[in-house]
Amino acid sequence: MSRSGRGASHSRTQLGDRYRAWVHHHRLSAADSLNRILERPFSSLLTWLVIGIALALPVGLSATLQSAQALSARWDGGVQISVFLKPEVSAESAQSLAEQFDGRGDVATVRFVSREEALAEFSLQSGLADVVLSLEENPLPNLVLVTPVAALDADAIAGLRADLAGREEVEEAVLDMQWVARLAQLMELGRRVVLVAGALLVAGVVLILGNTIRLAIESRREEIVIVKLVGGSNGFVRRPFLYTGLWYGVGGGLAAAILVSVALWFLSVPVDELARLYGSGFSLRGPGFIGALNVVLLGGALGLAGAWLAVSRHLSDIEPR
Amino acid sequence: MITFDRVSMRYDEGHDALRDVSVTIDPDDLVFLTGHSGAGKSTLLRLIMLMERPTRGQVIVDGRNLQKVRRRGIPRHRRDIGVVFQNHRLLLDRTVFDNVALPLTISGYDHREVGRRVRAALDKVGLLDRERAMPEVLSGGEQQRVGIARAVVGRPRILLADEPTGNLDPALSAEIMQLFEEFNSVGVTVLIASHDLALISRLHHRIITLREGRIVGAGA
Ligand SMILES: Nc1ncnc2c1ncn2[C@@H]1O[C@H](COP(=O)(O)OP(=O)(O)O)[C@@H](O)[C@H]1O
Ligand SMILES: [Mg+2]
Repeated sequence: MSRSGRGASHSRTQLGDRYRAWVHHHRLSAADSLNRILERPFSSLLTWLVIGIALALPVGLSATLQSAQALSARWDGGVQISVFLKPEVSAESAQSLAEQFDGRGDVATVRFVSREEALAEFSLQSGLADVVLSLEENPLPNLVLVTPVAALDADAIAGLRADLAGREEVEEAVLDMQWVARLAQLMELGRRVVLVAGALLVAGVVLILGNTIRLAIESRREEIVIVKLVGGSNGFVRRPFLYTGLWYGVGGGLAAAILVSVALWFLSVPVDELARLYGSGFSLRGPGFIGALNVVLLGGALGLAGAWLAVSRHLSDIEPR
Repeated sequence: MITFDRVSMRYDEGHDALRDVSVTIDPDDLVFLTGHSGAGKSTLLRLIMLMERPTRGQVIVDGRNLQKVRRRGIPRHRRDIGVVFQNHRLLLDRTVFDNVALPLTISGYDHREVGRRVRAALDKVGLLDRERAMPEVLSGGEQQRVGIARAVVGRPRILLADEPTGNLDPALSAEIMQLFEEFNSVGVTVLIASHDLALISRLHHRIITLREGRIVGAGA
């Protein structure tokens, strides 16, 4: 026999070699875990789908919500602020005030309605021409109608209103904020629903993956015992299971990205038609490539988390006996 | 190389498996550990492997007091010891090569080095041509030799074997014992638990006898 007399020489292996061996083992574990998953394509596909569906729901909802938010942020020119000027303000200064408003960055258009015009319009539209004629004095103030730029959100519009109301010449600035506020509240409600549903489903995914990994650990109990008997560290034993979790998670994320894209594409045709009928620029946007990538990454992270949960709970229980 | 100093071991169930055992196994020795079933042979080996901790007393292996080896240090300790089991405990879904390579992979050897060493170990046990085979297609004796190759591939200074011939016929058993003698002759301390007195008494090595957890004969 040709044994060199070096004896147990693990400690003498070079650091560089050990690093390369470590990387090598990572590659082996990753490939081996993937192989094991692909060896049982049907049950693995089921796991991916379960994770995919659980992830698709919050991802799809939040994509829808984001599209709606983009819409509600634009308002499509539906908001107007009526700025009533004080009675003592003359028509000339009212005109110049209107021009000042027009110069603001957050104002799209301004229309000046003089008190005479207002009275004429009122008598015309109200059918109360006789009453108006009998008035000794025009009771209506000068009015400036201000339309904010489309990009403003509800808060910014409220700010603009307060700004205009604060001017010395201004009696009152009125914004019918009710529907705007309601929409904002609905959006907030939607956001929270998505958040809660998302948190629950994400927790569900972690638990599903944890359980899948627990079963994988259980089915390889004897192997784990043997590896520990010949000196495998916890890290060494853990590695393949963490990769298993990663692959399940990445696969699930991929399934979710596909499901969401297909579902949104399916919905986008009638939604676009509806938006066109209402003259709105609303359109349902899919997650896109970066969004899909994020979903896959999220899946991978959840997979790792689930595997870590299972591994830290169950692996130390398995000791050679 | 291995010293037991007044070691007692009681399992949780309350049965005393070892009682006040003191014994020293010298470096480069080959020692048999014998006694009836239930005498405590396996327990003694398990203490060396740190699969159990003694209730009382100290175990010192290669100058290392095992009391001082914490949980985290156990894998490290086991890598310095080769073990052979009665039921060989091979990974049934891996090739012979991969089974033998396992300790080296764990220790982090470069894979070329792994290849060289695995083939050297398989050569020593006469199974070089079976490296691609799965363990199931091998005979009992061949499986046990794969187990031995795995135990020695990391070139440990200590080799433990628990009933390594328990499932084998006399001719195969003699071959296996001869393998252990060969490893011992190149400087490996070997400790073999076996109740096959007929076999081991022919081999002229030191025999330690246990009865109900006590040493009744420690040989010379
Ligand atoms: N895991 C265990 N739990 C409780 N008792 C055990 C355990 N292993 C062994 N024993 C008991 O310890 C004694 C010694 O067992 P063991 O060391 O396996 O003996 P041997 O290997 O000589 O047959 C026996 O009485 C056995 O029943
Ligand atoms: Mg035994």
